[in-house]
Amino acid sequence: MTADDRGDRSISTLPEGLWTQPTPSVPVDLGDDPVRRQVVPASMRYDYTPGLASTRFLRGLAEKRFLGERCPETGEVYIPPRGVSPVSGLPTTEQVEVGPKATITSFCVVHIGFGFNAPPTPFVSALFLPDGAAVSLYGTMGEVSHDQVRIGMRVEPVWVDDDQLTESMENIRYWRPIDEPDVPAEQLKGHM
Amino acid sequence: MRDVAIVSVAQSHHRRSAEELNEVEMIQPVIRAALDGVGASISDIDFTCSGSSDYLAGQAFSFVMTLDAVGAWPPIVESHVEMDGAWALYEAWLKIQTGAADTAFVYSYSKASPGDLPRVMSRMLDPYYAGPLWPDSVAYAGLQARAMLDAGVTTERRMAEVAHRNREAARNNPNAQVVGSPSVDELLATPMLSDPLRVHDCPPISDGGVAVVLAAGDRARDWAERPAWIRGIDHRIDGHQPGARDLTSAPSVALAAQRAGVDGSFDVAEVHAPFTHQEQLVLDGLGLGDDVDVNPSGGALAANPMMAAGLIRLGEVATRIMDGSAGRGVAHATAGHLLQQNLVCVLEGGD
Repeated sequence: MTADDRGDRSISTLPEGLWTQPTPSVPVDLGDDPVRRQVVPASMRYDYTPGLASTRFLRGLAEKRFLGERCPETGEVYIPPRGVSPVSGLPTTEQVEVGPKATITSFCVVHIGFGFNAPPTPFVSALFLPDGAAVSLYGTMGEVSHDQVRIGMRVEPVWVDDDQLTESMENIRYWRPIDEPDVPAEQLKGHM
Repeated sequence: MRDVAIVSVAQSHHRRSAEELNEVEMIQPVIRAALDGVGASISDIDFTCSGSSDYLAGQAFSFVMTLDAVGAWPPIVESHVEMDGAWALYEAWLKIQTGAADTAFVYSYSKASPGDLPRVMSRMLDPYYAGPLWPDSVAYAGLQARAMLDAGVTTERRMAEVAHRNREAARNNPNAQVVGSPSVDELLATPMLSDPLRVHDCPPISDGGVAVVLAAGDRARDWAERPAWIRGIDHRIDGHQPGARDLTSAPSVALAAQRAGVDGSFDVAEVHAPFTHQEQLVLDGLGLGDDVDVNPSGGALAANPMMAAGLIRLGEVATRIMDGSAGRGVAHATAGHLLQQNLVCVLEGGD
C-alpha cells in the first residue's frame, strides 16, 4: 500500500502523485489501527443583535405585518430591512408596511426534501414579492398542487395561530393562492 | 512604485457594546464619513476591500451584509480579508501599485460583544492540539508576559506605566472607550486577573470600526490638502505555534520595519499592542528613538475593536499628518496571538 491509498480519500490522482517526496527518516508505520479521526466537540454561544431596523421587522412579524424600509434615494422598499439601502448605502429612514398579499417571482418544485420542517414532497418553494416591496421573501406554497404554481401567481401568507406568534419568520406556515389575476412577468422585471 | 496616500479617515466612537445596532447599522456612518471626507461617492472608488471575521458576532457572511453600507450597486470591484483592516489596506495599496486602480476604499469593523471574545479568540489556534483545550486569549497573553518578566525584558511596573500613559493619552481621543487611568502605584495594588496580567494590562472589548480612502498621485492631491503618503509598507509573520517561538521578542516586527524603511526620526508612532507587555516588544522591533510620541490616541489599550484596531493605528498617524500636527509617522498593526503577524507602515506629509 502506498501512502496515497492508505487513507479514506485519495490525495492525488496524478501519475506518481506528480511530485516525488523524500523518504522520511522516521519509518512510516501506522500499525493496524492508524489514527484517522479526532472528535473535538466545539460550541460557542452568541447573543443575536438584529439591530434597529430588523427589530422593527421582527416585532411586525409578531403582529402578522411586514414592515419594510424605504431607500431615501431610489424610493424602493427593502424587506427584511437591515437599516441601510443596499443600493445607495444610505440609512433607510421611512418605515413602510408592505403585503401581506404577494406575487410569486420564482419557484422550485422540490422532490427530495432537506432540512428542518420540510413539507411532504413534492412541495414548492418560492420567492414571494410582497405588494409594495422591491425584494422578495423565501417560503413554501401550500393548499395548491405543485403543477399549478406559476410565476406571477397571487398569494397570501397563512400564519400560525395567534398564540404561537413570535418574532420569527416561522410565523408564516406557508403561502397560498388567492383569487386574483396573475401579474404579467414584465411587471416583475427587476424583482426576479 | 506609485505614490499612494491615505486621504480620508473616519472611525466610530468605540464602546463595549453597540447592542442596539447590527453590524451594517454600526459601520454605515463611518463608511459615509470617510467618503464624505473627500466628497467622493462609491462610483469614484476603483477598488474596495474590507476586513472582518464572522466568528466575532457569530454572523455568517458578515462582510456581505456590511457591503450594503457601501452601496455596492451597480456591482463594484470588491475584496475581503479575514484579517485586521491594515491587511485590507495592504491589498488595496498593492492593487493600486499594479495600476488596476487609482483609488481604493478600505474599511474594517467588528462587534465582539455578542460572543465571549477570549473564548472566540481560541479558535485561531491549531484545531488539533491547542484549540480543543480552549485556552482564553488573556491566559495566553499571560504566557508571553511571564516569559518577558522572567527574562528581564520588562517589569510589572513598566507594564503599568504603559497602561497609565496610553489611557491618559486617550483623554484627547474622542473615539476612545477607556479614558484616564489611576496612578501606576494604584494599578500595581490591584489584584491579578491571569497572573502576571492585571485588568489594566488587558485591552477593552470593543465594538467599532474604521474606514480609509486611498488615492494615487494627483488624485490624492486633488482630494486632500496634505495627503499622508505611504512611503513604505510591509508585513511579516512569525510561526503559528507559540511553543516554537521566542515569546520575548518579535522578529517579524523588526523585519517588517526594516522592509518598510523605518529609519531616521519620526514625530509620531501608533503601535498595535493589545496587552501592555507587548508595546515594548513592538517599540524594540521598530527601533524608534526616545523622542517619538508613542500612541497619542491611547492605542489598543484605549479601544480595541477586533479587525479594526490595526487599521485605526494607520488612520491615527495619517490623521495627524493630514492636519499638519505631524510630518512623519510610523504605524504598526498586529494579528494572531502574541504579536504573531505584524505590519509596519511609514507615512509622510509633503509632495
